[in-house]
Amino acid sequence: MMAPAAQSPYEVYLGHLREGRLAYQFSPAADRAVFYPRVLCPYTGSTDLQWRVSKGLGTVYSTTVVYPRDGAPYNVALIDCDEGFRLMSRVEQMPAGAVAIGMRVSFQVHANGDDPYPVFHPVTVA
Amino acid sequence: MTSSLIKRGSAAIVGAAESDLGEVGPGYTPIDLMAQAVRRALDDCGLALSDVDGLFCATSQSRLSGLALAEYLGLPEAYVDSTSTGGSSFMLHLAHAQMAIAAGACKVAVIAYGSTQRSLGRKNTSAAEPNPYESPFKPFMPPTAYALAAARHMHEFGTTREQLAEVAVAARQWALLNPVAWEKKPLTVEEVLGARMVSYPLTIRDCCLITDGGGAIVVTSAERARGMRRPPVYVLGAGTVTTHHSISSMPDLTHSGARRAGEIAYAMAGLRPADVDVALVYDAFTINTILFMEDLGFCAKGEGGAFVSGGRIAPGGTFPVNTNGGGLSYCHPGMYGMFLLIEAVRQLRGECGARQAAGAEIALAHGNGGVLSSQNTVILGAAHTV
Repeated sequence: MMAPAAQSPYEVYLGHLREGRLAYQFSPAADRAVFYPRVLCPYTGSTDLQWRVSKGLGTVYSTTVVYPRDGAPYNVALIDCDEGFRLMSRVEQMPAGAVAIGMRVSFQVHANGDDPYPVFHPVTVA
Repeated sequence: MTSSLIKRGSAAIVGAAESDLGEVGPGYTPIDLMAQAVRRALDDCGLALSDVDGLFCATSQSRLSGLALAEYLGLPEAYVDSTSTGGSSFMLHLAHAQMAIAAGACKVAVIAYGSTQRSLGRKNTSAAEPNPYESPFKPFMPPTAYALAAARHMHEFGTTREQLAEVAVAARQWALLNPVAWEKKPLTVEEVLGARMVSYPLTIRDCCLITDGGGAIVVTSAERARGMRRPPVYVLGAGTVTTHHSISSMPDLTHSGARRAGEIAYAMAGLRPADVDVALVYDAFTINTILFMEDLGFCAKGEGGAFVSGGRIAPGGTFPVNTNGGGLSYCHPGMYGMFLLIEAVRQLRGECGARQAAGAEIALAHGNGGVLSSQNTVILGAAHTV
């Protein structure tokens, strides 16, 4: 008889987001971060993947402004988190076109009914 | 990767044809266009449908396109391969056909494509594939993925929007020399820059057309290729690389898998970039041509913007690229790679009239699938290159 299925990688990720955390996996065999979350490490094939929580700081790797036919333009960005993984997100709290490659950003949870997802805000230098 | 079953020059393209292009009208199916192109490609080389025992095809509009085409053509025992790597599928099919012919799995293969995305509307022709790590951000795919690559290229190398526009202008100039090209009017850099923005820095003129269309090529062994109606075009090299599926997983947005795919294809062909007389590269977006000029070794990394400028790749320039007018100005039904192979064949046969690259003996056709995900390079040669 098969054991009950473990929580899927996405469900674990989502569970962390619901608690306000940006989670990623770390592969000891590869000694590097793995993202998006999976059932095995793509660098080694190992199924030994540790869940870790990001400090939530990163740098904009690339950015674009999408111009829909209806509605306001909005930002889409790729963020390199300091722990060594990249994800797609959106930089908020500034004009979409002002988001620049190299900008330091910090993670926030976006939650309003649907599945939560990570967005980023510019890091203000004190 | 390539297989030991693929040997330089062991297979040849003997027939090539487009289906009707542009906007074919209501009621046509993608398989109609595949079959129309297959009929024309067989007429091109003088073979009969009953000679065909290998079917290779892909389209976003049919989940089981290999079955649909086998049924439509009445070829129940054909060797079938409907692998899809997106727009690069047909380069992959060519390599697979070469292997299948070498292994004795088939003798005469047709590779076919059809799409009615303009007549039906894009939303009705490609199934949505939500990705929970990207979909919440509403990237407008595929343009947003290529915009992210373009923005990064501009950041790292100082590439400009004007240089991106030069790619569109060169493609348009070639299209004006191609009677079946969709676009019929000249285009300027200023018009590209001033067009409606889609996903910065790409305007609608940095993005490919949305047309209907199909095509087919006929492939057989080098031995059988001799004595056909048209001169054989030999498969000298092929390389396939898949670096990612989603743009957020692309290892480096300014270095595509075309570098490695090209290396594999050049090594198999025993050729270098300088040996290529005409290049057909998958220009779904203007940044593609810049990336592929660099990654396929026609210029150094970071110099693609300057390389495509000043008319170098346009008619009358020193390096003919996308002589059919490209996905930007000739035809783009969604999976454009087939048309690169057809144009490469025609260039090597010297059939291209006003847009003919003088004395072309080696052509490179480079397919791209997904969002810079699948990179498939094919190097083709005229008779005495084997």
